[in-house]
Amino acid sequence: MNWDIIFGVSLESLFNTTMIAYALAAIGLNVHFGYTGLLNFGQSAFLGVAAYGLAMTVATFGAPFWLGIVIGLAGAVVLALLLGIPTLRLRADYLAIVTIAAAEIVRLLFRSVSLSEWTGGSDGLQSFSDDFYKLNPYSSPLKIGIVDFDPRELWVMTIGWALIGISLLIVFLAMRSPWGRVIKAIREDEDAVRSLGKNVVSYKMQSLILGGVLGSLGGFIFALSRAAVQPDTYGTEFTFYMYTIVILGGAARVFGPVVGSMIFWFLLAFINAVLPAAITQGYIPTWLMTPTQAGAVGYILVGAGLVLLLIYRPQGIFGDRKEVMLDGR
Amino acid sequence: MRRAVIIFTAVLGFLLTSLGLGATSALADGESLQGTLVNGSQPVAGVVIKVSDESGGPIGQVTSGADGKWSVPVKSAGTYKVDLDTTTLPQGVTLTNNRPSLTLTVFEGAARNVLFPLGAAAGTGEKKPQVAGTSTFDRVSGLVYTGIHLGLIIALAALGLSLIFGTMGLTNFAHGELVTFGALGCFLLNVTIGLPLVVSAILAVVLGGAVGWFQDKIFWGWLRNRRTGLIGMMIISIGVALVFRYLYLYLFSGDTRQYAEYVAQPGIDLGPIAVAPKNLVMDVVAIVVLILVSLALTMTRLGKATRAVSTNPSLAAASGISVDAIIRLVWTIGGALAALSGVMLGLFQGVNYQMGFQILLLVFAAVTLGGLGTAFGALVGSLVIGLATQLSTLWIPTELKNVGALVVLIVIILFRPQGILGRRERIG
Repeated sequence: MNWDIIFGVSLESLFNTTMIAYALAAIGLNVHFGYTGLLNFGQSAFLGVAAYGLAMTVATFGAPFWLGIVIGLAGAVVLALLLGIPTLRLRADYLAIVTIAAAEIVRLLFRSVSLSEWTGGSDGLQSFSDDFYKLNPYSSPLKIGIVDFDPRELWVMTIGWALIGISLLIVFLAMRSPWGRVIKAIREDEDAVRSLGKNVVSYKMQSLILGGVLGSLGGFIFALSRAAVQPDTYGTEFTFYMYTIVILGGAARVFGPVVGSMIFWFLLAFINAVLPAAITQGYIPTWLMTPTQAGAVGYILVGAGLVLLLIYRPQGIFGDRKEVMLDGR
Repeated sequence: MRRAVIIFTAVLGFLLTSLGLGATSALADGESLQGTLVNGSQPVAGVVIKVSDESGGPIGQVTSGADGKWSVPVKSAGTYKVDLDTTTLPQGVTLTNNRPSLTLTVFEGAARNVLFPLGAAAGTGEKKPQVAGTSTFDRVSGLVYTGIHLGLIIALAALGLSLIFGTMGLTNFAHGELVTFGALGCFLLNVTIGLPLVVSAILAVVLGGAVGWFQDKIFWGWLRNRRTGLIGMMIISIGVALVFRYLYLYLFSGDTRQYAEYVAQPGIDLGPIAVAPKNLVMDVVAIVVLILVSLALTMTRLGKATRAVSTNPSLAAASGISVDAIIRLVWTIGGALAALSGVMLGLFQGVNYQMGFQILLLVFAAVTLGGLGTAFGALVGSLVIGLATQLSTLWIPTELKNVGALVVLIVIILFRPQGILGRRERIG
C-alpha cells in the first residue's frame, strides 16, 4: 500500500477544487436550510444553471468570459424566482418535493438531445475556460511533502478560497443584521413573524436568491476546475452530498459548511483511495469487493453517515441543537 | 390485526392465481449474441443479421424468426461485430438510431443481448415507437394505453407512500428503493435461482412486505419512539435511500437486465392498439390489487383505523387504536405494493439498480398531485401523471417526457396546492 499517495490525495481534498465547489454550494444551502428553514432539495440546479450559463455563453455563443459569469449569476436569480413563486407558500415537505422535481427538470433539459445544439446533450460542453486560465499567474506546481497541486488547480483554488472568504463574510454580516434576525425567526415560527407584519414570502424569496447565488459560485468553480460541464454531475446526489456537508459541519453556523466540506471530502477521498489499493494488494479479497464495487462503498458510507448524524448528532460539529430545523409539519 | 393479515393473504393469493400464465423461457447456454427485433410491440421477421469477429472474419449469419428473435452462437468470449442488413427490413421500418453495425463484447458464459431499435420510417428517434404506419388516432390510443399502464405501476408505489405519509407524516425518500427491491428480488429468484417468473414475482412481493415490516420494526418505529422530528426523519430517509441504492449497485452492478421470461412478447391486436398479453395481465393484477386495498381501507375496521390515524394520530390513540400497529401494517402493505410495482416496472423497462429512484419522482408527483396523505388522491394523481408522461410525447421529445409530468406537478401546485383530492387546510 502506497500510504504517501493515499494520504496525499486525502490531504489535497482538504483544500482542492471539489471541496471548494461543495463548500460554496453548502454555504448557499446553509442560508436556505440552516438559517431560513427552507428544505431546498434543488440546490444542484442552481450550480447547474450557473455552470451552463457560463459554458453556453462562451462555448455556444462565443461571448466573452465575464459576460458568461454575469449570465450564470442572472440564471441563478431567475431560477430562484421561478422556484420560489410556486413553492414558498407551501409546507416544508411540499417544498422539498417540488424543488427536487425542478432540479430534475433542469438536469433533463440540459441533457436533452433536442437542445444539444446549445447544451451539448449528455456530453456537455468544453472549451469555455481558456480566458480564465489565460489569467493564471502561477507557472510552476506547488509541492509540499506529499501534497501536490498543478498550476491550473492552484489558480482555481486561489479564486475559490477568495470566493469562500467573501461568501462567509456576506453570510456573517447578513445574519447579524436585522434582515438575518427576521430570517432566523421565520425558521423558528413563521406565523409569529407574519403577525409582526413582515412579508414572510418575500423574505423567504430573498433568502432563496441569496443562497442560490452563493451556491452558483460553487457551480462556476466546479465547471472551471474541470474545464467542462456535464449534465449528470448536477443530479440529486449532488444536493444530498451538500445536505450531509451542511449537517456535518453544523447547520446555521457560518463556518459549518466549510469545515463540513473539508471533513467530508477528506474522509471520502481517503476511503476512495484506500479501498482500491487494499483490493489490489490483496488485503480485501476480490470475492468480497472488486475495484468497481469500491466506488459504491463510498456512497453507502455517506448515506449511513447522514443517517447516524441525524439520529445522534443533528447539530453536527459546531451547531446548536435548538437551531436545527428538524421538526414541523 | 388478524383481519389485516387475512386481507393481505387474500391479496397475495389473488396475485398467485391471476399471474398463472404459461411460461416460455429461452435461455441460451454458452456464449452467444442474441436479440429480438421488434417494431413497437410487433416482432419483425426475415431480417438478415451477420456476425463477424474483430478481424472481420465471418462467424455466422441468421435471419430473425417469426417472433423476431435471432441468436448466433460464438466460440469464445471476445469482441464481435454485428451487422444488420438494412435492405432486408420490411417496408416502412428503419433503424431509429441509424447504426446498423455494432461492435460488442461478449463475456464468458454469457449471452449478449443486442439491441437494434426499430421504428416507423418517419419516426423521430422515439424510444417506444408505436406500430408502423400509425395514424394520429392509433398513436394517441397507444400512448393512452401506455400512460394508463405506467399510471398503474406508479399508483401501486404511490398508494404505499401516501399511506405512510398519512399515518406517520414521513415523506419517505427511500420508497423508491422498496420498488427496486421488488424488481431485484424478482430478478434474483427468476434468473439467478431459476424459478418461474410468476412464482418469483409472488415471492418478491411477499419479501417486499417483509422488508417493509422489518424496516419499520427495527428502524422507523425506533425513531418514532425517540421522537425524531419529521423533517429529520425525511432527511434520514434520504440517507437510507443512498445506502440501499448503492448496496444494490454493489450487489447487482450497474447494468440494466431483463427477466428470463416474457421479455419480448408479441402484441395482440385490440382495435387501435397492439398490446403484449403480459401487460394486460399486469394491468388486471394492478387494478384488482388497488381495488382490494381501497375496499379494505373503506370497508374494514382496520381500514377505518388507518384512516383515523391519518386524520389525527392522538385522537385515534385515545379511542383505543394501536397507532404503532397500524403504522407497521401500513409499512408492510406499502412494501408489498412497492415490490409489486417494481416487478411490473422491471417487466416494462428492465431491471436496474436505480429504477426505483428514477420513478420515485413520478411517484412523488402523483402523490402530491392527488394531495399528500390521501389514498384515493394518490390513485387519481398516478393516472394523471402516467397519462401526462406518455401523452406529452405528442408535443415534446420522448426523452423529455418526465419533464412534462413534473411541469404538470408544479403547475397544479401553483393553482391547487392541496392537490386534486386534498382537503383545503393550511399547508403554507
